Amino acid sequence: MAESTRITLEQVRHVARLARLELSSIEEERLRADMDEMLAYVAKLNELDTADVPPTAQVGEAGTPMRDDEVTSAPAAEQMLANAPSRERDYFKVPKIIE
Amino acid sequence: MHSELNKLTIADAAAMLRKGEVTSLELTRACLDRIKAIEPRLNAFITVCENEAIEQAHAADQRLKSGDAPALCGIPLGIKDIYATKGVLTTCASRILGNFVPPFDATVIAKLRAEGAVFVGKTNMDEFAMGSSTENSAFGPTLNPHDLERVAGGSSGGSAAAVAAHECLGSLGTDTGGSIREPASFCGVVGIKPTYSRVSRYGVIAYASSLDQVGPFAKSVRDAAIILRTLAGKDPNDSTCSARAVPDYEQALTGDVKGLRIGVPKEYFVEGMQPEVEKSVRAAIKNFESLGATTVEVSLPHSSYAIAAYYLVATAEASANLARYDGIRYGLRVKAEDHIDLYNQTRAEGFGAEVKRRIMLGTFALSAGYYDAYYLKGQKVRTLIRRDFDRAFEKCDLIVTPVAPTTAFKLGEKMNDPLTMYLPDIFTISVNLAGLPGMSMPCGYDENNLPIGVQLIGPPFSEEAILRAGDALERMGTFAPRGIAV
Repeated sequence: MAESTRITLEQVRHVARLARLELSSIEEERLRADMDEMLAYVAKLNELDTADVPPTAQVGEAGTPMRDDEVTSAPAAEQMLANAPSRERDYFKVPKIIE
Repeated sequence: MHSELNKLTIADAAAMLRKGEVTSLELTRACLDRIKAIEPRLNAFITVCENEAIEQAHAADQRLKSGDAPALCGIPLGIKDIYATKGVLTTCASRILGNFVPPFDATVIAKLRAEGAVFVGKTNMDEFAMGSSTENSAFGPTLNPHDLERVAGGSSGGSAAAVAAHECLGSLGTDTGGSIREPASFCGVVGIKPTYSRVSRYGVIAYASSLDQVGPFAKSVRDAAIILRTLAGKDPNDSTCSARAVPDYEQALTGDVKGLRIGVPKEYFVEGMQPEVEKSVRAAIKNFESLGATTVEVSLPHSSYAIAAYYLVATAEASANLARYDGIRYGLRVKAEDHIDLYNQTRAEGFGAEVKRRIMLGTFALSAGYYDAYYLKGQKVRTLIRRDFDRAFEKCDLIVTPVAPTTAFKLGEKMNDPLTMYLPDIFTISVNLAGLPGMSMPCGYDENNLPIGVQLIGPPFSEEAILRAGDALERMGTFAPRGIAV
């Protein structure tokens, strides 16, 4: 694979910010190289003219299945909170958001 | 008398259970003993559910005595650790879910529970099903039971190895780009990825939602048919799940493939493929001919673009699905000053290298300015790949191909190069992009005694035809299973 530098460290940091991923400087460099290699590879898709091709987002059966409008019970609050890393009474506890 | 009950097929075990020749408790104990003996070397399980399994076996024996027991009642199964199982640790092989105990069952788990199946444990996998070797697990790699220096395949490597090593009679995996078929091939068992939407994905931890599909591993095609019959069918909790009636897949196994038209794609016999793989797959095609099937060459001209399209589509969907791991409601939480920092650090510590790599590529492919050039382009090429199959299936009923270009590779061999690691899935990925059913079954060994798999691909909802053909090939008995190394 040709050595290319289409992805910059700045771009890696921007994408990491979007993805909410803190990266070490070693990870940043490693991911820059990996993404570069992957994007060089996927560039082969440009050999194909897809101007008139519709995208396929789903391959399942068409149509929205409908179900009867019946009341069902969701898991109880206690069950939903059982895995909470931090809780207070019936709430998930989070760091302060508003000063 | 029954010293090796764990080696039975599901069909044989079910018959013996009904005749009272064996109890579920004996079967389950045989599997648990086997697990205890070899797990320190194999690492096919993340969690072994000894107490739960014994309890389920007792209940199954009661039900069997009453004479009203479904096919899988009392049968010990392994469950990929990607399925939500009520009250049982479910990690997806990730640190970020290292302590997660779901308050509910995935639909397929609930179905198996209703049949009285016994769950011996949760099997190892690549973290969030991302990988082709089960080396990306936070709990260490699963080894190949045929050669402990080699990988079991991925991402459902634990489920494949557990069945191959007789730790359970069958198991569940998931397949996003080949994650059932490739480890089935590497471990010498049967694995089927059904048509997209044939089986509910509710309660299956999502990797790439438009590609993921649930399916079984088994020691025979008949066993795979028995498990699939239970898994398939409509689910009000999964709006993508098909409402079509589920055929009796076991009834489809008539042994008759006369007149079946088998398509052989010229693009799937490529240079660089291990010669023994090509030889074994071509021998399987000859066997089909001797059974009265005819072969026809077909073309899938966009095959060489499948991996590129897949890694754009799958990583984009993964980046969205994995956004839910934020340390707030479940899983790992790293202490931090503010909530943004909490997300950043929790995800940094919780996800492994391959997961980060895919989140980054997917986030990039969906980001402003790149969406059209990458994500949308991938989805358009996906259409071309599906059209290739549509055209091929005008000329044939099933397509027969290799599963992977090589047999199981050595641990660590491909870990540092993402592209090389993605190549084992070269013959399986198109099937996911097109939403088709595909099955891997053993068809030979290489000179190192490593299993080789053959892949049978059909049009949507052709599972009966695939299973019938696979069963007919298996009945010829030309492929005799060999011993394993563990």
